[in-house]
Order: sequence, then C-alpha cells, then structure tokens
Amino acid sequence: MASKITEQQVEHVAELAKLEFPKDELSKFTTQLGNIIDMFEDLEAVDTDGVEPMTSATDRVNVMREDKAVKSSKEEQEALLNNAPETDGGYIKVPAILDESEDGE
Amino acid sequence: MDFYQTSLSQLHDDLVNKKISATELTKETFDHIRGNEDQVKAFISLNEDQALKRAAEIDTKGISADQLTAGVPLAVKDNILTKGLTTTAASKMLENFNPVYDATVVEKLNAADYINVGKTNLDEFAMGSSTENSAFFTTHNPWDLTRVPGGSSGGSAAAVAAGDVLGALGTDTGGSIRMPASFNGVVGMKPTYGRVSRWGIIAFGSSFDQVGWLTQNVKDNALLTALISGNDERDMTSSLKEVPDWAAQLNENTNVKGLRIAVPKEYFDGLDEDVQEVIKAALDHLESLGAIVDEVSLPHTQYGVPAYYILASSEASSNLQRYDGIRYGFRAADVKNLEDVYVRSRSEGFGEEVKRRIMLGTFSLSAGFYDAYFNKAAKVRRLIAQDFEDVFKDHDVIVGATGASTAFKIGAEIDDPQTMYMNDVLTVPVNMAGLPAMSIPAGFSAKNGMPVGLQIIGKAFDEQTVYNTGYVFEQTTDFHKKTPKLGGQN
Repeated sequence: MASKITEQQVEHVAELAKLEFPKDELSKFTTQLGNIIDMFEDLEAVDTDGVEPMTSATDRVNVMREDKAVKSSKEEQEALLNNAPETDGGYIKVPAILDESEDGE
Repeated sequence: MDFYQTSLSQLHDDLVNKKISATELTKETFDHIRGNEDQVKAFISLNEDQALKRAAEIDTKGISADQLTAGVPLAVKDNILTKGLTTTAASKMLENFNPVYDATVVEKLNAADYINVGKTNLDEFAMGSSTENSAFFTTHNPWDLTRVPGGSSGGSAAAVAAGDVLGALGTDTGGSIRMPASFNGVVGMKPTYGRVSRWGIIAFGSSFDQVGWLTQNVKDNALLTALISGNDERDMTSSLKEVPDWAAQLNENTNVKGLRIAVPKEYFDGLDEDVQEVIKAALDHLESLGAIVDEVSLPHTQYGVPAYYILASSEASSNLQRYDGIRYGFRAADVKNLEDVYVRSRSEGFGEEVKRRIMLGTFSLSAGFYDAYFNKAAKVRRLIAQDFEDVFKDHDVIVGATGASTAFKIGAEIDDPQTMYMNDVLTVPVNMAGLPAMSIPAGFSAKNGMPVGLQIIGKAFDEQTVYNTGYVFEQTTDFHKKTPKLGGQN
C-alpha cells in the first residue's frame, strides 16, 4: 500500500516535535507511521456530519480558583534545583541560545 | 508471607489484634518479594529501608480500628509521584527524577498510614501493552515467565499476581489497568473519569488518564478505591460527586437477580477461541444466577482504536513538550546551543514508542491535518460515548472480554506497533466515554492455561453496580483462588 506520508513530511513533523532521527531510522519510522496513518483513515467511513467533537469526559465546566501566591521554603527550592541538569547560584543554567562558535547566523 | 489467602479486612484485624506487627508484616513482604523478584521483575525500585522505618513508626503509634490500610504494604506504579522517592515513568528521561511533592492519591495513602513497598515497572510514560517499552527491563508474567504481563501497569499486575502485595496502584489511559489485570488473573478497576484526582500523575492523555487499583479481590478493590477517590481542587476535572461506601454493599445479600446485562456483539469480533469459551461460560454463569443477558450493538467499536490513537497521541505530544532538558530530566551532553538541548535531549531521552506517539500526535494536530485527523477522531469519540449511552438506557452493565487474547509471548509483537495497538480494541472505548470498568478473573484458557479477564463496564459514576456484579461472580466461582506457581508448572 502506498504510504500517505513521505520522509520529507516526517522530517517536518519531527522538527515541530523537536525530535531528530538518523537517516536509517527515518525510513523505518516513515513506513511505520504510514501504516498507522492508513489505519487512522478507517475513520473516513464514519458519518460525522453535525456531530460535535468531544474532547473531554469530565462532568465539570469552567473550574475557577483563587489566584494566590504560595510561599515555598528554601528546602523546597533546593529540592527543585537538585532535579535540574545544571545550576549556578540558585539559577538553572542553560547553554547560549546561539552557538557562540558559529559566525554570522 | 504471600498475600494470596488473605484480604484487607483480615490483615487489618490481625494488625489491630497484634497477631502480627506492621514491622513483621513488612519484613515478610520483602522476604517474599526477594524470593520471586529475580524471575518476575515487577519493581523498578524497592523502598525497603523507608518502608521498615515507616512500619516501626506505625507500630509505635498503634493501629486504630478505623484505619483500614494502616501498616499494610502496597505498591505504587512508577508514573505516580512519591516525594523523595525516585519516579521514572520507566523512562531514561526521568531516570534520576526526585519528586518534590506527593501525588494526591499518595498523600491520601500516607494519611492512612500505608506502607509503600516500591515503585512498579510500566511501559515508558504508560505507553504500551506489555512493559516491553520500559527503558529498564521487561516484567515477566508470574503465570508463565516467557509471557508479557500486559501493560502499561504490568509491574503492578505482576506484583499482585505474584502475591507480593494485596494491592498496587495503576493508571489507565486506554486499558492500562484492565488489560494487565486480565493477563495476570487479578482484579483491576478503572474508576469513572474524574472520580480520582490526577494531581501528581505523570500526564499522558489528560482527558483519558485515570488512577485505580490492581488487587487480589473485588472487595479490597472497592475499599482501596474509595480511599483515593473524591474531589481535589488541584485537578479541575475531578468530580464533586460524593464517594459512596461501595464495599458496604458487598456481602452475602449481594446478587445479580434481574440485573440487565448487555453483551455487545462487536466484543466477540476477533476474540481468540479459548477466550471466547471462557467469556461465554462466564455469561452463562451470570445468567444462571438470575441476570438477564441481552445481546446489543455498540456500532462504533471498531473505530475506537484509530480514534483513540489519534486523540491520546495528540494529548501526549502536548503533555510531553515539557521534557526539554532544562529544568529537570535528562539533558544531552556536548550540546552547542539551546535548540540543540531541546532536540538532542528529547531524541536521546525518549524511547522509540514514546517518540512514535509524539510524532503521531504532532502530525494529527499539524496545520492541514487537524480537521482530517484530530477533529474527526474527536467526533468519533462523541459517537462512541453515545453508543454507550444508548445501551445504558435499558441495561445496568455491559459485559464482555477485557482482551481478545491471553498474555502473548515476550518479543512476539514489539516490532509491530499496529498489532500491539489492536490489543486495546476492547478497552479504549471505555476511556473515550470516561466510564468505570473492571476486569476480574473469569477462568483459564483451555489452550495455554493462562488467565482470562471478564470486563464489566458501568454507567458514569456507577462503580457500585460494577463492583456488585464482579463480587457476585467472584464469590460464586473459584478462579480467583488459583495462584501462579512460579517456575512454570501451571
């Protein structure tokens, strides 16, 4: 069966999802995703004219809460920062947004 | 000791009457776990030191007669946050993640003085039907170690089946409690969406996810589920409805006389013959006890799997955006710039199935495809929910198989995602509609001796009728009394 999705499309979706795949994995993924998307297309057979989409099964609507600040302790702050890959003086450290070794761009 | 021949109330009486102390009970629990864990591999982490410390505290404080779970060892699926105790979701992404708060369900269990024996294995981020997607190892089915325990709550189900604990917490997005319950011959209940708070559960598909218990028997399940249920202001989808005392209704007077059972004919499509035999015998049994069994149709059943995989993957792709290698979780080494942190951390930190779901979800939500996929699936979801509503107009419960087959062999389906997804055909419609449903032991396959589960589906917030039906079936059959003999001599 001709797959409905191309390697280029898969690369585009990967970019949106902030993922990357090596070349050999990309072609395997394209085939697999293509097969699953073919299965998705079974839904075309269902008459959904005038049907309201359903996005939740909750019995609640518009739940509000008071917008108030909650004070946290130094221990809690430390516990949070302990989970960060890199910290510096109570801050989370990240690499430069732009690659400093590159010129231009 | 193992937990096969006891119950929560029996154990509670023994603890209150000091026949056994919480410390002795906890020690014996770990002895039992150590005896089979090499074979079963149900746990990602064992919490022995903390558990013994907690048991000693509880013994000192004393166990009051009104606190049913005080001093009782239970297990927690490793996608449920436990403060100070590593919670991985079976992902390399969270291998070293130490939660700074407890999930609401864990908070409630702590307040009830339970003993947390450890965190159970699952498919990474609860995505899968076998635990083979765990980044760490595969759990083995105690009934036959060459078979999968089902998933994603496979570790919890195997721990209960191996007699390690009376109950283990699971989560169910598309069948992740019920399917492993069926594969392991234990009881597994997914409560109504909104019944149990999702606060502190590592999010997968937020409009489907629900927490529940895998247990040795139905009454324990009702008792434990009541303990974790109820409104929580930190989960805006959690219901304000009062939580009934379900277990109080489960006694020698409970019966199914006149109970109107609907059996969807679609739930027999593609069932393995050995499963079909067991389910037909179970329905005959319920009928012989006075239930009225009717064949009905849920016409959109076959569209459940494609619609579910579009919607749940879309929600997953959004929920999993938070794993960016910045604030917590895995960060790739030798990154050049910020974009590189995101892309490389996610690509190296997530396993194959998780990436597949993120890709499917991102595709379904992307410009040009949203209407044809996401929106279409959301409309089909409405039709599936309406199918249930129509049947429930003149029936009390819907009954059928939990899975189309018994537990399959490890390695048999892992390279074929589509076949793997089709395992969920009988469980996902329930999550689409947000209904309560329970899998109970219904018998054993004549082909391979593996357990078969009976699925009982109820109206929204009518867990009571589901429990009643399951309880009567259990009390009038012997299937739940059979236990696996580890080593494969079943």
